[in-house]
Amino acid sequence: MPLELQDISGIEEKTLTYLYEKMLEIRRFEEKVWDLFGRNLIPGTLHLYIGEEATAVGVCANLRVDDYITSTHRGHGHCIAKGARVDKMMAELLGKKTGYCKGKGGSMHVADSSVGILGATAVVGSGIPIAVGAGLSCKLRKTDQVVACFFGDGASNNGTFHESLNMAAIWKLPIIFVCENNLYAMGTRISNVTAIDNIAQRAIAYGMPGVTVDGNDAVAVFRAARVAVERARKGEGPTLLECQTYRHKGHSRFDPATYRPEEEVEEWMKRDPIMRLRKKLIQQQVLSEEEANEIDKRIMARVEQAAEFALESSYPELEEALEDVFVTGR
Amino acid sequence: MRIKELTCVQALNEALREEMQRDERVFLIGEDIGPYWEGAFKVTKGLAKEFGVERVIDTPISESCIVGAAIGAAMTGMRPVAEIMFGDLLALAMDQIINQAAKIHYMFGGQLKVPVVIRSPFGIGRSMAAHHSQSLEALFMHIPGLKIAVPSTAYDAKGLLKTAIRDDDPVMFFEHKICYPTKSLIPDEEYLIPFGEADVKREGTDLTLVATSGMVHKALTVADQLAAGGTDVEVIDPRTLVPLDKDAIIESVKKTGRLLIAEEDCKTCGIGAEISALVAEEAIDYLESPIIRIAEPDTPIPFSPVLENYVIPDEEAIIKGIEKIMS
Repeated sequence: MPLELQDISGIEEKTLTYLYEKMLEIRRFEEKVWDLFGRNLIPGTLHLYIGEEATAVGVCANLRVDDYITSTHRGHGHCIAKGARVDKMMAELLGKKTGYCKGKGGSMHVADSSVGILGATAVVGSGIPIAVGAGLSCKLRKTDQVVACFFGDGASNNGTFHESLNMAAIWKLPIIFVCENNLYAMGTRISNVTAIDNIAQRAIAYGMPGVTVDGNDAVAVFRAARVAVERARKGEGPTLLECQTYRHKGHSRFDPATYRPEEEVEEWMKRDPIMRLRKKLIQQQVLSEEEANEIDKRIMARVEQAAEFALESSYPELEEALEDVFVTGR
Repeated sequence: MRIKELTCVQALNEALREEMQRDERVFLIGEDIGPYWEGAFKVTKGLAKEFGVERVIDTPISESCIVGAAIGAAMTGMRPVAEIMFGDLLALAMDQIINQAAKIHYMFGGQLKVPVVIRSPFGIGRSMAAHHSQSLEALFMHIPGLKIAVPSTAYDAKGLLKTAIRDDDPVMFFEHKICYPTKSLIPDEEYLIPFGEADVKREGTDLTLVATSGMVHKALTVADQLAAGGTDVEVIDPRTLVPLDKDAIIESVKKTGRLLIAEEDCKTCGIGAEISALVAEEAIDYLESPIIRIAEPDTPIPFSPVLENYVIPDEEAIIKGIEKIMS
């Protein structure tokens, strides 16, 4: 994979700037989360998306607010990219009443039904059938909505992947199956558990297009996802889009990731998706150095405000633990 | 009021048809439910013809994705009814049922709801052996967020299924295979049966016999037999296990002072275990003798009819239990 970004020609400047801003918002949010976790202000664990931002942002930049996504345990990036608010997300991560799920979900279970985030599910592979259902619903309701279903390389070896891709293909459902191949399922290297080079090769077995892209190139992801989204919206069926990427941190907050060769980590760090796009945008005079810094400052302030909001928010009332088990009755 | 006699299969079919006519968001999804086979037990007979294959969807053999797809559709505005051909096969969809359907409303703070019905024929009676005969209802009682219906008659099946489809929560709907051919008088007028309301299938004063699903019919036979000998048995059919009509059971035990539970599931951690604990907690002082549970003796279901009949409690086992309590 090259260090330089692919060609950015033909993409509107406002789109390019948007890709940069959204990726930065995810990055700064998670850096803040990392900091708060270190200070024992966030309970549980964290699965950070740092390094993989181009994938969520490149895909979601093609979606409308009424389109759907399903997300995973490593879901902060998907949610922010689809339009979730960082303050309500931060509050959720802190277990506060003002969080998206009133403190009942936490880092692994953010949802925002108002912008089509059908929720992050933390059983690997479990969100894929749900995406099929959302796609089926779009078809039955005769809307032109589409569904982006995020999952990792690990999930692609779960039975749900097979059942779901087959079902989506036979019914030509409007779904983009986005496989974030970050090369490791926890500590297990993909090549030890998968006999093919690219997960997208599997698409042929289901009768849908399979595309592999540099998942650290927001523009490349954006272009590939645009084709898949248009295809889905026109009723032509699903696509398997494999985005090859890399997490900068370990699997979870407690993982030092010593199972990855140092040279590999270094190589991927050089391909940081935000740094690469920033460089390209400045080089091509889409943004000046100052403008890029200005964007960063604005985002940092938003994230700081989000953290303050979360820290100042109250915890839920104890009896709220007993609510929401059922919609009606008990 | 005009009435007609229908089998349980026909009554369920009528419930599905009426709900599909009433609400275009209702659709059916499952294996071989469409125009070619019309359901392994013919519950979906004629529905694909009437509503089209878009609303009566034949699927690949993919139980996890059938349930998952129903959940995803339910979360986005539809009212799916999924059929899993045998209760045993629910095991293939357990993550979707336990970790997704049951938890989505709670885990996401009430933002999303999952109005899905998962129908499944279950239970013994046809020598179908270990993979097509289990009674797994009690497993699901242990999972907060699921409602569970266990109709015993055609009349209850229809009214409960209509309620299940209109309910905003996920409902596990268990249809006992031996109940399928049984008949009830069904009125032409629409009716719904609310969840959490037990039905006193037979009033009595001497002993409370709580029976579910297929066991209700055996319980009623026994009650009639014993009445001749002067024992007046009250038969209570909870109809839904979640929510459970605790009051009906407690009130009856307070009246009779004796409790026997007849269930087809395994005894350990079964339906009867929960009902026994409930009565022990809330009405133990009213009991004149120990509670007895008549249940499957914690084995897989064997194939040979003689063995199957041996492990599944019959009328004789219920009578023996009652005699022991009354003695």
